[in-house]
Amino acid sequence: MSGEKPVKLLDEKGIRTDGRKPNELRPLKIQVGLLKNADGSAYIELGRNKIIVAVYGPREAHPRHVVIPDRAIVRCRYHMAPFSVDERKSPGFSRREIELSKVIREALEPAIFIEEFPRTAIDIFIEVLEADGGTRTASITAASVALADAGIPLKDLVAATAIGKINGQLVIDLNGLEDQYGEGDMPIAMMPSLGQITLLQADGRFSGEEFEEGLKMAINAIKKIYRIQKEALKKRYLEISKEVLESE
Amino acid sequence: MTIYVKSKQVVIPGEPLAYGRYEYQGPIYIVRQRIYSKVIGIVEIEDKKKLILIPLKGKYMPREGDIVIGKIVDVGLTGWTVDINSPYKAVLPVSEVLSRPTDAVKLDLSKLLDIGDLIVAKILAFDYTRDPLLTIKESKLGKITKGTLVEITPVKIPRVIGKKGSMINLLKNMLHVELVIGKNGRILVVGDDPLMEAWAVMAIKKIEREAHIPGLTNRIKKFLSKVKTDKKAGLSSQGNISGVKRVK
Repeated sequence: MSGEKPVKLLDEKGIRTDGRKPNELRPLKIQVGLLKNADGSAYIELGRNKIIVAVYGPREAHPRHVVIPDRAIVRCRYHMAPFSVDERKSPGFSRREIELSKVIREALEPAIFIEEFPRTAIDIFIEVLEADGGTRTASITAASVALADAGIPLKDLVAATAIGKINGQLVIDLNGLEDQYGEGDMPIAMMPSLGQITLLQADGRFSGEEFEEGLKMAINAIKKIYRIQKEALKKRYLEISKEVLESE
Repeated sequence: MTIYVKSKQVVIPGEPLAYGRYEYQGPIYIVRQRIYSKVIGIVEIEDKKKLILIPLKGKYMPREGDIVIGKIVDVGLTGWTVDINSPYKAVLPVSEVLSRPTDAVKLDLSKLLDIGDLIVAKILAFDYTRDPLLTIKESKLGKITKGTLVEITPVKIPRVIGKKGSMINLLKNMLHVELVIGKNGRILVVGDDPLMEAWAVMAIKKIEREAHIPGLTNRIKKFLSKVKTDKKAGLSSQGNISGVKRVK
């Protein structure tokens, strides 16, 4: 959040290092059901981020002592591949990865009807192949799609993005550089059609007005992300429909 | 009182289906009179009064009285552990296999049913607090000795049966095979001719893939008459079917 700025994060016209306007998202692509072994899976590309998510369950929970008699447990593993960042990352779990696993789990759990599957486990595996800022929000976006693909009952999909501050200007969807040298970072996840927020973190300083303004920007961006999630989920079934109808 | 969706439309979790007092069936939840979907599925609207949501994916949840096809995974002293393609493993006690009283010391259970054996069983009891209890004491239940086993998504079993058994009768009449349908997504095809069995498997896989597209029974009828006249075409694509297992 501090230190010398190597480059200007925002030029005179208010354009960011990657050529985006302050309220512009990075290009987003979501693909569903690419893993055969998993019950549900999703792949997301958000700018230079590349993340793959696999969901297993509900399935028998092991070891036995973790079982909860009246609901399912949700387990989440966020992991970064050694080659996902510029300098090789040690393949073991860092403090940051353990923390993010918990944060992501807690952002997704409110959306899942866990009480429909007593004594079972739902496992979410998140593998970051390439990272460039905002992997936690992209992971949440992809994981909720993978959960839906697994046929697990959900209140709603969860879509997430981050609000940041550079040179006193609020911007959306921080990239790696902006995350490192910007003045603030506020990841937000929500269930768009219910209007409920499941994750809100912040570091850096935001004034009351900035927070409200930022939240508005985030909700707008989340609605865009939600549309892409929706399309990705429906795409496979619509493709089969098209193929069948054309062959007739 | 408004309906937001069209009949036969693909919906995703959190998608609002209607507002007001409607009759409904399927994985739906209601917040302040607004009806939402919990899963990816197809909506059907009956005379603008009733909403039916048919899921496209999901795990099998055991229910008392269901016929299932299970695989023995463990042999104990007083019974067997059976995999029923569900988050819960099932228990088959000796008392539900033999009608005479048994002596646990003298009897070697693996001589009756061994690991890997397939059985057609009925769920005797299940209440989520304990693992489901199976029985094979009734007629038509017991060890599977011949046929081909197909595995599909359990939520699509009703499509294989069809309206009032129309689909199952179509397969039986056109291919002269017998079908044992397990509610847990496993189907046993028994026929005198291995070719007919293979065609039945292909038809079931086609039903699974195209279950969400209207006109399914007619398409399957066309498909079967086509393979029957063109025998080579039927055989060539037989190799790449997944989830199929030959018994004996």
